[in-house]
Amino acid sequence: MTATAIQGAGVDKAYGGVQALRHAGFLAAPGEVHALVGENGAGKSTMIKCLAGITRPDRGTVRIGGQEVRLRSPEDALARGVATVFQELTLLPRMTVAENLLLGREPRGPIRLIRRLDMPATAGELLAEHGVKSVDPGELVENLPLAQQQLVEIVRAIMRRPKVLILDEPTSALSRREVEWLFEQTRGLREQGTCVIFTSHRWSEVSDLADRITVFRNGTDVGTHEQLSEEEAVKLMTGRQVDTASARPESEPGDQALLEACDLEAPGLNGVSLRLRTGEILGIGGLEGQGQRELFGALYGQIPSQGEVKVEGRPRRLRNPREAIRAGIAFIPQDRKAEGLLLPMSVRENLTLPILRRLASCGVLRPVKERQASEEMIERLHIDARRSGQPVATLSGGNQQKVLLGRWLLTESRILLLYDVTRGVDVATKQDMYKLITGLAADGHGVLFYSSDTEEVANLCHRVLVMREGLVTSELTGPGIDPEEIIGASFREEAHG
Amino acid sequence: MAEQAFGGRAAGPPGRAPGPSGGAARPPLPSPGELLRRRHLLAQNVPLVVAVALLVAILVIYVVLYLVSIGSFPGAFEAASITDHAVPLSLAAVGQTVVVLTRGIDLSVGGMMDMTNALAALHLHGGLGPEILWTAIIMAIGAAGGALNGLLVAYGRVQPILVTLGTLSIFQGMALWILPSPGGHISSAYTGFFLNPGVPSALIYVVILGLGWSAFRRSRLGVDIYAVGNDEAAARANSVPVLRAKVLAYVLGGTLTAAAGIALATTTTGGDATGGDVFTLSSIAAAVVGGVSLFGGRGSAVGAMCGAFVLTVLVDVLFFANIDPLFQPFYQGLFLVLAVGASTLLGRYLIRRRR
Repeated sequence: MTATAIQGAGVDKAYGGVQALRHAGFLAAPGEVHALVGENGAGKSTMIKCLAGITRPDRGTVRIGGQEVRLRSPEDALARGVATVFQELTLLPRMTVAENLLLGREPRGPIRLIRRLDMPATAGELLAEHGVKSVDPGELVENLPLAQQQLVEIVRAIMRRPKVLILDEPTSALSRREVEWLFEQTRGLREQGTCVIFTSHRWSEVSDLADRITVFRNGTDVGTHEQLSEEEAVKLMTGRQVDTASARPESEPGDQALLEACDLEAPGLNGVSLRLRTGEILGIGGLEGQGQRELFGALYGQIPSQGEVKVEGRPRRLRNPREAIRAGIAFIPQDRKAEGLLLPMSVRENLTLPILRRLASCGVLRPVKERQASEEMIERLHIDARRSGQPVATLSGGNQQKVLLGRWLLTESRILLLYDVTRGVDVATKQDMYKLITGLAADGHGVLFYSSDTEEVANLCHRVLVMREGLVTSELTGPGIDPEEIIGASFREEAHG
Repeated sequence: MAEQAFGGRAAGPPGRAPGPSGGAARPPLPSPGELLRRRHLLAQNVPLVVAVALLVAILVIYVVLYLVSIGSFPGAFEAASITDHAVPLSLAAVGQTVVVLTRGIDLSVGGMMDMTNALAALHLHGGLGPEILWTAIIMAIGAAGGALNGLLVAYGRVQPILVTLGTLSIFQGMALWILPSPGGHISSAYTGFFLNPGVPSALIYVVILGLGWSAFRRSRLGVDIYAVGNDEAAARANSVPVLRAKVLAYVLGGTLTAAAGIALATTTTGGDATGGDVFTLSSIAAAVVGGVSLFGGRGSAVGAMCGAFVLTVLVDVLFFANIDPLFQPFYQGLFLVLAVGASTLLGRYLIRRRR
């Protein structure tokens, strides 16, 4: 490679006592799509933050276009042609898509007043120019589904015509079709000579899109490759061999029904019936936004619904989460922060929150009991926490997910609703979670499992219900479930509609 | 295995345009440009619609009660009385709104009104020259007080509620030092310019305030202030000058509060160093009734002015409903809670219907 678009070399960065980056670096050229892969905590995100001007490296250099730079702020990076899209979106929620896209470049009229009424049309044209037709520019951002927000965020970054575009996990919120859109955009940028750097936990995307791949492990880069198979990459990332077949369920489901739903109806949910047996992992498939979220919400009592629900053969009314919890239903959502975890509080407190009553005697908490219960769970789930008093916020995403799961196991819930729990979780932790889920099923728990990663649904589940427009449109059973079949089923039905 | 997952891509669904069209296809929009405009407007203005509805409702109740107890429709005199009383509160409420939009709050409004009210009563007489000069000085004092708040909040990183609680006491103390006992007067020329007991001429200030707001909303600063209130971190990531926007919001708020203090002095034609105290809470109440979100980033001055008029008319409504003045605060509080509750529900309903 002769030209350099962006380069980090010998970068060290420590947060408190934790060495996030140790002499790490990589180089990307103009017109190159460069993937950074590695487990969570391997240093990809820290490296990206250094390149985007969010954090300053303790040691080492950053070069943009061959020139050594010291980035003071994201604006500084932007001024030098480096635009970054982070996982945490930076859109303004109570402003419209148009206002967000045009922030700082609003159409002006007489005496430099902003022409507010022209903004939606201008923004609409901009979106269409970038191949986005589904987003209404007059809508408030907070009313948009996460995937559309992500589209807006990406379009805004592309609009700035950067020399280097950094995308941190851009696809984790996107459905297949939107991922294809992003691929198209990325290829277009590559042709124009833009350097695109991205991270992803989905190997298929990395191998499809990237010209070169840099693997990170333990805060340093372990090599840049042009050709890399998934197995080789996983070996490099983890330093150990991961057997993908282990994601298969270990045991057969029992006959007893744990959870039955009959004609469940809610806005976006048009009469779904299902039967979850003991020890069964029941997959929910289909394209994103076909009523899966509503199904989980209805079963957890978050969304008012009509229809009959039976838990272990007894009819139950699930009008709110409290009733669902009492019925033994636990819900683990995709957005851990918004729905359940108290980030600044400790792992222990988060684990024992719903069972405090049980751990107390005469209303006084027994700290020894509390510590015991939480430490047992930390061990059982392999939660990577140094102490049970460590704040949850300091854990990686996958470990936060485990804390949430552990909490419900402590409440002895038998029905687990897992909604896209592996999103944004690194490969090794994913494997841990697969083992955990199959182990729970073997113990007789019933698991309802939705994932935006179809492959995962196919591998992990005994049975898969494919949903479309709020209905279950087909059921796939047996060992022959493969991702293609699920995807086929979700699309085939759509063509008829 | 990875390839398998994407193997079906080539055999995508037929008859669909490429591009991320997400869920079910939308019906084609009739006149896209016009529809977009309307949606764009409504998206942000649901609370405003609710505030206007509330104002219309309370005006109807007022007219009916007036008709029942007096036997005729209210005339120009009544209209003038209501507007004259509503103008100071409107100014204070708009000042409060600018600050609340940044997700802050200004408790020092009462103290600032005390101080400016006292200064107005001491100085706003003796000819055109000094009157104009002192009007400018008082407004500048408002801006300076606001700047003090803003600098402490933005650069001192102190919670807005603490900063303005402190400056509230400071301003109140200064007001008492300026005017230890109620008094002073305002020249009738000055009062007459602002108010006319026969005609609701003060409405012109409401219109000016509305026009000024519309320009503010279309300015760089306006966009910045809304952005800061939406999400400070996101605003910073979008290179919005967050600290500058905050300071200027408090400066603007202080200036409008000073104007409110002058307006209060002209309606009472005298000064009272404690007369402005109630405006701290009533300016917040007016803003909230007008649909301004205390969580920042949502609401408008037009709504806040509607809120100010609603609260002003409410006093007359309670009078004509023959409520014992002792119980007036009780009913005012009851109304406030019910109105805010109802407007929240109505707002939610409107948003759901729009989808």
